[in-house]
Amino acid sequence: MSGAFLEPTPQQSVRTPQLTGELIATRRVGAYHHLTFVAPGVAELAKPGQFVAVAVGGDTSANLLRRCFSIYRASSVDKVSSIHNVSSIHNVSSINQVSPSGTHGGTVDVVVAARGPGTRWLTGLSVHDEVNIIGPLGHPFPLPKEPVACVLVGGGYGSAPLFWLAAELRERGCHVEMVLGAATKDRLFGVVEARRSRRAMDGVTVTTDDGSMGIKGWVSDVLTDVIRRCHADVVYGCGPMAMLKSITDVATAQGAVAQVAVEESMACGIGVCMTCVMPVVGDDGLTRMVRSCVEGPVFRGDRVRWDAFEHGWCAVPQDAHGAVAMRGH
Amino acid sequence: MLASIAGNTAGEFAEVAAVLRQSPAFDAVVGVEVNISCPNVANRGLVFACDPLSSATVIALVREKLPRDIPIFAKLSPDVTDIVEIAGACVEAGADGLTMINTLLAMVIDTELLRPQVAGVTGGLSGPGIGPVAVRAVWQVRAAMIEGRIPTVPIIGVGGVRTGDDALQLVAAGASAIQVGTATFNDPTAPVRVNRELAAALQDKGFARFSDAVGIAHSRLDPRR
Repeated sequence: MSGAFLEPTPQQSVRTPQLTGELIATRRVGAYHHLTFVAPGVAELAKPGQFVAVAVGGDTSANLLRRCFSIYRASSVDKVSSIHNVSSIHNVSSINQVSPSGTHGGTVDVVVAARGPGTRWLTGLSVHDEVNIIGPLGHPFPLPKEPVACVLVGGGYGSAPLFWLAAELRERGCHVEMVLGAATKDRLFGVVEARRSRRAMDGVTVTTDDGSMGIKGWVSDVLTDVIRRCHADVVYGCGPMAMLKSITDVATAQGAVAQVAVEESMACGIGVCMTCVMPVVGDDGLTRMVRSCVEGPVFRGDRVRWDAFEHGWCAVPQDAHGAVAMRGH
Repeated sequence: MLASIAGNTAGEFAEVAAVLRQSPAFDAVVGVEVNISCPNVANRGLVFACDPLSSATVIALVREKLPRDIPIFAKLSPDVTDIVEIAGACVEAGADGLTMINTLLAMVIDTELLRPQVAGVTGGLSGPGIGPVAVRAVWQVRAAMIEGRIPTVPIIGVGGVRTGDDALQLVAAGASAIQVGTATFNDPTAPVRVNRELAAALQDKGFARFSDAVGIAHSRLDPRR
């Protein structure tokens, strides 16, 4: 059944919204922060796997490059009241949530790890602060045509877009299993949500490198068994590159198709800056350096040239289209 | 559109210019910018724009490949001892105008891994921080034109432009047109917004024509200087 995915809906002639969104909720979830922004127009267009590009530091910030986050949850205007229930499904150590002070609109939720000046600025925001947001951006996860079994694998907070995807797959009649992995217990994201939403998930497996929660080991250690157990045809993944490579290897060995959302560093999110280029094999068998923000972030795992990624760097393969001309640039 | 071309050798620049001319879309090209701020593979990787002779060679080769009515602009690097000398060499070799400035050669070290952060080790620094460098470069070259040290040609100002005010600085220093690059990564509407803000700023200051503001700061030096 390989490749039996729904054709993407033709690109609508709608302009991607760029707007100033008010932060209406911010809370710590383990090692991460879960932020909710009022973002009219974004939620209505968004699909699982897409992301938003958020400006950081204010109008005169020296941190000019946007930070890109996959959309954890998108609620259009009529569902906005449901966000008030969100906090109850996390291990919430602090919560600060209010109703938007301005015009109501749809909301977008993202999960942020405070790692650098931009993400620290974002996680330090208070409710009613405003942030410039562009989105939804990128291609969403393709959905299978048939109600096949799917395994959703999330590394760390890479799991964020998978809960929403799981709900959509279940609506289509798919059997959905989830595998959540991280280095340590506090770096897992969404375990409580996954286990509580039994209606949206048929099974949940947890791994940690140090064994502080679930099975000690990597997601790839348990993935073969999960795929076999439910006869999965599709494996969706989101997380670090090394994990996506091993997901692809395991899925391919089991005859399943891997669909992975990559976490390449992006600087603009809209296809201008060329920061996020990576080698991907096209339908014609030729490797091209493609922008993961506009051609991804979701790719078929077996199309990504994993051999180009090493030690946190991505090289241009010698056989890639235009590789010779890229020498020295 | 103003097409920007680059190459690793002088011959590659000529080849790219020839390919561009043969393109079915060449009718849309109103000018060609020659990005000579690239390393010259045939000359120990030294950037073309750091050497007057290498710069002039590239410009002359590209000029031959393009129709006379297509203006060519040499894009200069600020990483040189005397940018006026390079500007003069380019104009004498056939450049109809100059684009200033390209990025500054820079490097960042990842302090967690203590290794170069960029895979190519060094990279080009751009963004608001380089604005004053661009203003200085445009100023120096425009001053040389006013003093008759090099022929007068139009300058496209670029480097660190985020607001209409940033653009106005380059115009006052001598730029006849403005490019917006890195700011678009932050705000995709930046070029349109900068244009609007610049027009408003010029109107506020009572300029009837844009050209009246080009290089105006040269006539407003402190007389005690």
